[in-house]
Amino acid sequence: MIGLKCDWLLEEKPRHFVTEDYQAGVPRWCPGCGDHAILTSIQKLCKAEQFAPEETVFVSGIGCSSRFPHYMKTYGFHSLHGRALPIACGIRSRRPDLNLFVVTGDGDCTSIGAGHWMHAIRYNMKMVVLLFDNQIYGLTKMQTSPTTPAGAYSNTHPNGAWIEPLNPISVVLGITNASFVATTVDWNPPHLYETIKAAYQHDGLSFVRIVQRCPHFTPNYFTNYMDDPSKVLMMSHEDGIPTTDTMKRYFKNSTVHDPSDLNMAREFASKTDVMPIGLFYKNTNAQKYHEFSSVGMNTTNEAKLEALEKELGRFSI
Amino acid sequence: MYPITPATSVTHYMASVFKDVGGFVHQAEDEIAAIGFAIGASYAGKTALTVTSGPGIALKTEMIGLAVMAEVPLVVVDVQRGGPSTGLPTKVEQADLLAILYGAAGDAPKIIIAPATIEECFHFMISARKLAEQYRCPVFVLTDANLATGVQPFPKPQLKEEWLSPPIDQSRWDTNVKPYDWDPETGVSPRPIPGQKNGNYVLTGLAHNSSSKVAYESEANQNATAMRSRKLATLQKSLKPPSINGDESGDLLIVGWGSTLGAIEEAVETARAEGTSVSSVHLKFLSPLEPGLEEIFKKFKQVITVEINYSDDMNDPMYNRGNMRHAQLATILRSLTLVDIKSWSRVPGFPLQPEMIHQVINDEVAKLGGTK
Repeated sequence: MIGLKCDWLLEEKPRHFVTEDYQAGVPRWCPGCGDHAILTSIQKLCKAEQFAPEETVFVSGIGCSSRFPHYMKTYGFHSLHGRALPIACGIRSRRPDLNLFVVTGDGDCTSIGAGHWMHAIRYNMKMVVLLFDNQIYGLTKMQTSPTTPAGAYSNTHPNGAWIEPLNPISVVLGITNASFVATTVDWNPPHLYETIKAAYQHDGLSFVRIVQRCPHFTPNYFTNYMDDPSKVLMMSHEDGIPTTDTMKRYFKNSTVHDPSDLNMAREFASKTDVMPIGLFYKNTNAQKYHEFSSVGMNTTNEAKLEALEKELGRFSI
Repeated sequence: MYPITPATSVTHYMASVFKDVGGFVHQAEDEIAAIGFAIGASYAGKTALTVTSGPGIALKTEMIGLAVMAEVPLVVVDVQRGGPSTGLPTKVEQADLLAILYGAAGDAPKIIIAPATIEECFHFMISARKLAEQYRCPVFVLTDANLATGVQPFPKPQLKEEWLSPPIDQSRWDTNVKPYDWDPETGVSPRPIPGQKNGNYVLTGLAHNSSSKVAYESEANQNATAMRSRKLATLQKSLKPPSINGDESGDLLIVGWGSTLGAIEEAVETARAEGTSVSSVHLKFLSPLEPGLEEIFKKFKQVITVEINYSDDMNDPMYNRGNMRHAQLATILRSLTLVDIKSWSRVPGFPLQPEMIHQVINDEVAKLGGTK
């Protein structure tokens, strides 16, 4: 019989988290949706990094992708359409201690939330921003999004989308203070995982576009890349996304790209003959807004009262 | 904040002194981001305030609904100016009351308070934060261009530590308490803050049950909506009836709110010195209203609000009971007290003068056949 020592009750045991500690509910995404693979990758990262669930926050907007926080057993904030980024910035402004992720979609981020998108990139507050880019509005049933290819059918453009799509990577690479810009695909779990991991490890805002399949509305959008992986150009570099032999066997078409080279990054981003994946750009010296906004957050009550007294004194007569 | 006249002077001042008290001012990319940033900071346990004027309120409306729905404490200051649209950006008006009270998709009850003096502006901000935290909902502080640009001496406040926001709670959350553990009596519930162990929940703007799980069941939505509404009635129970300036009964009662206090009281004082039977009441709480109003109103032959917003001219034969649009506070008071309250309101772009109000008093008392 083992006796109980009373001080054991007060002891905080070192905790070890398993995948189930991050899983909540059964995802309601369609079978075959790329979001399932992303969720698995994120939960794997949480476990690998041993995130305490209470110190981890997933913020999302509205859309299929934005259901994401409901499937994580962490803190979550399922907000408004397009507004995940300002909310996440508000959280980060005075909470340097939290692991912060933003989940957004192509409609959420590049359309209704585009104004915030540009500024959040510039603020460069430490968080991982995952753009689930399936190039269509899913939750509202198949409307054209800014990233829908020209000519593609949708319920709002039954004769095909009129104009060329917006390139999210080119946009982000045009914004001052961008510090981590990458693309990956949902159908290659090793590359997906390594990209998300590198994004988490970056000190600043990591923008990751995940090319994501929607089996329901756009089942054929990416089959050419899946059937012929040489149409994907994998960028590799010692400072980039770590590439394994397995990845190299699958993505035979690979090239070396130094992610510190912004001009080359822009050139790669604008390629249309192949789909470049990997790390386009990384700048560890970019300014971080939260380093300004968090100044003074630990001011004591005594110091606050003293400062207030002094301030009121300025108006005393 | 996002720059908007006449609210910017608030943030100019705060930007210059906030660093000394451990705060910071975020100039956001737009009005929506400004309130989103504040909601994010508040969700994460920090005290947050956003300051704007009427057009900014219009832009923030969806986010205000989110803060109500998800029960995020938040203080919103609206320095009212002339409207609608760009309106009279530098001029005074009290015309955002109904927009804030009702301007939301769905049912979105929130607390609204209105300081009448610069001294009240100081103290109401402390109350606003406490109310937001206690009732877990947005609190609106309605001021106007008149108060924002005015100067008025008042006794130097004796600072108290209890005025400061407490440190964020990072203690272990009781697993038996749900994230929206509504007290059926008061509608109030405690909230978990990220970092609190076992408090993990997903805040959502979707209809949700007490566990913060998305709930489309009709009963769950009815209950959650009722709980959010109930908080206002709970708050009203803690309020006192307003004090009456003048006699407790008589011919005419003037009701006002916000920056018109000085002008109304001066006009009432002059009229009373002339022997007119007139009193006034100035409301500080607009949502919920202070209690006991119906009883107060019934002791006067006529009640009339004086406000700086638009109402149809009650002396114009074009208007009758079926089509007349009343001033904003009058609209609320009529619906909640069933007293046939009149309104006299103007949108001149300048503060109402005591002489204008004195004339209204004389005209109304004459209609009543009152005595001087």
